[in-house]
Amino acid sequence: MTAAATGVRATARIVARDDGRGGTSLPVLEGDGPLALRRTRGSGDEAHVMLVGAMSGPLGGDHFAVRAGVEAGARLRVGSAAATIALPGQAKGEARYDVRLTVADGAELRWLPEQLISAGGSDLRVTTHADLAATARLVLREEQVLGRVGEEPGRLVSRLVVRIEGRTLLDQELDCGPGAPGGWDGPAVLGGHRAVGQAVVVRPEFEDRPVSARVLGEGAAVVPLAGPAALVTAVAPDALRLRRVLDEALKSLG
Amino acid sequence: MSRAALLVLADGRFPAGGHAHSGGAEAAVKAGRVTGAASLEDFCRGRLHTAGRVSAALAAAAVLGVDPVRLDAAADARTPSPALRATARKLGRQLMRAARATWPSSELDALAREFPKGAHQPVVLGLAARAAGLGALDAAYCAAYESVSGPASATVRLLSLDPFDATGVLARLAPELDLVADQAVEAARECVDAGVDALPAASAPLLEISAEAHAAWAVRLFAS
Amino acid sequence: MHLDHSHDGPAAVSADARRPDGTRRALRIGLGGPVGSGKTATVAALCRALRDELSLAVVTNDIYTREDAEFLLREAVLPPERITAVETGACPHTAIRDDISANLEAVEDLEDEVGPLDLILVESGGDNLTATFSRGLVDAQIFVIDVAGGDDIPRKGGPGVTTADLLVVNKTDLAPYVGSDLGRMAADAKAQRAELPVVFQSLRAESGVRDVADWVRKQLAAWTA
Repeated sequence: MTAAATGVRATARIVARDDGRGGTSLPVLEGDGPLALRRTRGSGDEAHVMLVGAMSGPLGGDHFAVRAGVEAGARLRVGSAAATIALPGQAKGEARYDVRLTVADGAELRWLPEQLISAGGSDLRVTTHADLAATARLVLREEQVLGRVGEEPGRLVSRLVVRIEGRTLLDQELDCGPGAPGGWDGPAVLGGHRAVGQAVVVRPEFEDRPVSARVLGEGAAVVPLAGPAALVTAVAPDALRLRRVLDEALKSLG
Repeated sequence: MSRAALLVLADGRFPAGGHAHSGGAEAAVKAGRVTGAASLEDFCRGRLHTAGRVSAALAAAAVLGVDPVRLDAAADARTPSPALRATARKLGRQLMRAARATWPSSELDALAREFPKGAHQPVVLGLAARAAGLGALDAAYCAAYESVSGPASATVRLLSLDPFDATGVLARLAPELDLVADQAVEAARECVDAGVDALPAASAPLLEISAEAHAAWAVRLFAS
Repeated sequence: MHLDHSHDGPAAVSADARRPDGTRRALRIGLGGPVGSGKTATVAALCRALRDELSLAVVTNDIYTREDAEFLLREAVLPPERITAVETGACPHTAIRDDISANLEAVEDLEDEVGPLDLILVESGGDNLTATFSRGLVDAQIFVIDVAGGDDIPRKGGPGVTTADLLVVNKTDLAPYVGSDLGRMAADAKAQRAELPVVFQSLRAESGVRDVADWVRKQLAAWTA
């Protein structure tokens, strides 16, 4: 970790490996500064890791990164202890949060962090790249909450890219808050909703048996992507209702 | 080339199927999110900066000679809703027919062979613009304009909105259309060297979600 | 780019009489006319009359539902894969005249998927008296009006009544009840259409759709000659 007038730079790393005894070991588990990692009790052959935010952040000018690699045959679940709050900072410029996930053949990653809250005055760019091998499996949920209670949100740009064997399956960027291109809160994009999220499920068997598209109430849909994956997209008035609809959709995918 | 070809391509009467589609406006009207000129403007602005921006960049990149097969895959990745992917391919196929009749071109023929059921409409639009002798900026303008003109004319029919109000909405969006077209060309130029990941991926959750709801309606005026 | 070998070339552009593989495509006959004049009933009757002798399919253009297609499916006049609905965005005349692209996709898809076909009937959404089919979409068109819509319709003329290859005056059995003068309608139609044929029919009568079916057979004979 380095700290300067430009903000904090921190990179946390996780490597999960099949331990050859029906479990998953974590040969690399390195927190960095505000990004602390903790192994928690796993279940079956799946290792569990918690991201523990030691400071609230990211603040303006901070660059955080998380790298998680799940090697062939290993199973990893990553969660976080609390929501991440983007706050305005002393340093100039936007904050960055960059997540790179790689999942090898026969491996599974469940990436299920708590919400990202875009506080008033903050300016954060999040990028999440998941690179999967042909037979990798992924469950990835991300939720954005625009503003704390009763507060206008900050600027938030969040891009999610999922690739299988280098082929881009999903590429979506949400840009919202003050300074975002016009209409972001209007009837085509968020329509006044303050919580938005998506969940991607990649499974090789979806190639032959894709999920059928369906709508879940007013603000959510489950759709098959153009490849072995399903996507849940949801908007909701608040974080609680968003979580409920995403989890319900994930459950329905089995 | 003749710049006036842009007027032919961008004309709402160009016979490429657009008249049967509302660009999500029908679903937004039914949900009560679009109720008049002000909310139509907000809807169109949001669509312009998301779906419109992506379409404009795809079209511009096609004009600059980026492989249309890669662009089509990039369009798939930027269109999670299968209803919207199907609509884009359907309209792409209809535009292909109109463009091949209007500006015969071996590139269009090749794309038609590669995608017998249709490539994504903005990709076809870019190659059509190329066949018409137009440039990347022309194609970007055309795609950006289509992203708002479709919903505006559909809303005139759906809400019996005063057509002068709808036209006023489009006129007020003109400076932002300029901006989106310029950004699209910039991204398309970057895409020539850096690949399709350089294309914008601006998403509009409500357009995606309500497209799926709309596709399941038994009774509707518009195909999308 | 690799070639898709199921196609020798890209699909035909418009009204070309040959398919990309050089074979003659199906004859396309359009049926237009005002709402409620009996277009769908005539299509259904034609399907029943012709389905044993011809390979045929139907494209419907509905205004805001798939109702016409649903009716034909329910009546089981043809197997479901031979009936396609085109959505028209509240402008049925646009889809058959000004922008025929969706209808052309539909007829070509039918030929690709269930073909070879002899005949495709393209039914328009119920519209006004000015709605006619583009020559880029159909080879011949039938305009269907009915006696209950007013016996002055032939006198008023309009592109449908005047120029359709066949004018059908439907529901003649209702004439006594609605006070329509069939003789006057026939004379007015003759004045508007000169030598173009007119059929008066009641689908409830024993003869039913016979005259229209005979006319269709003649068109088909000329098409394949």
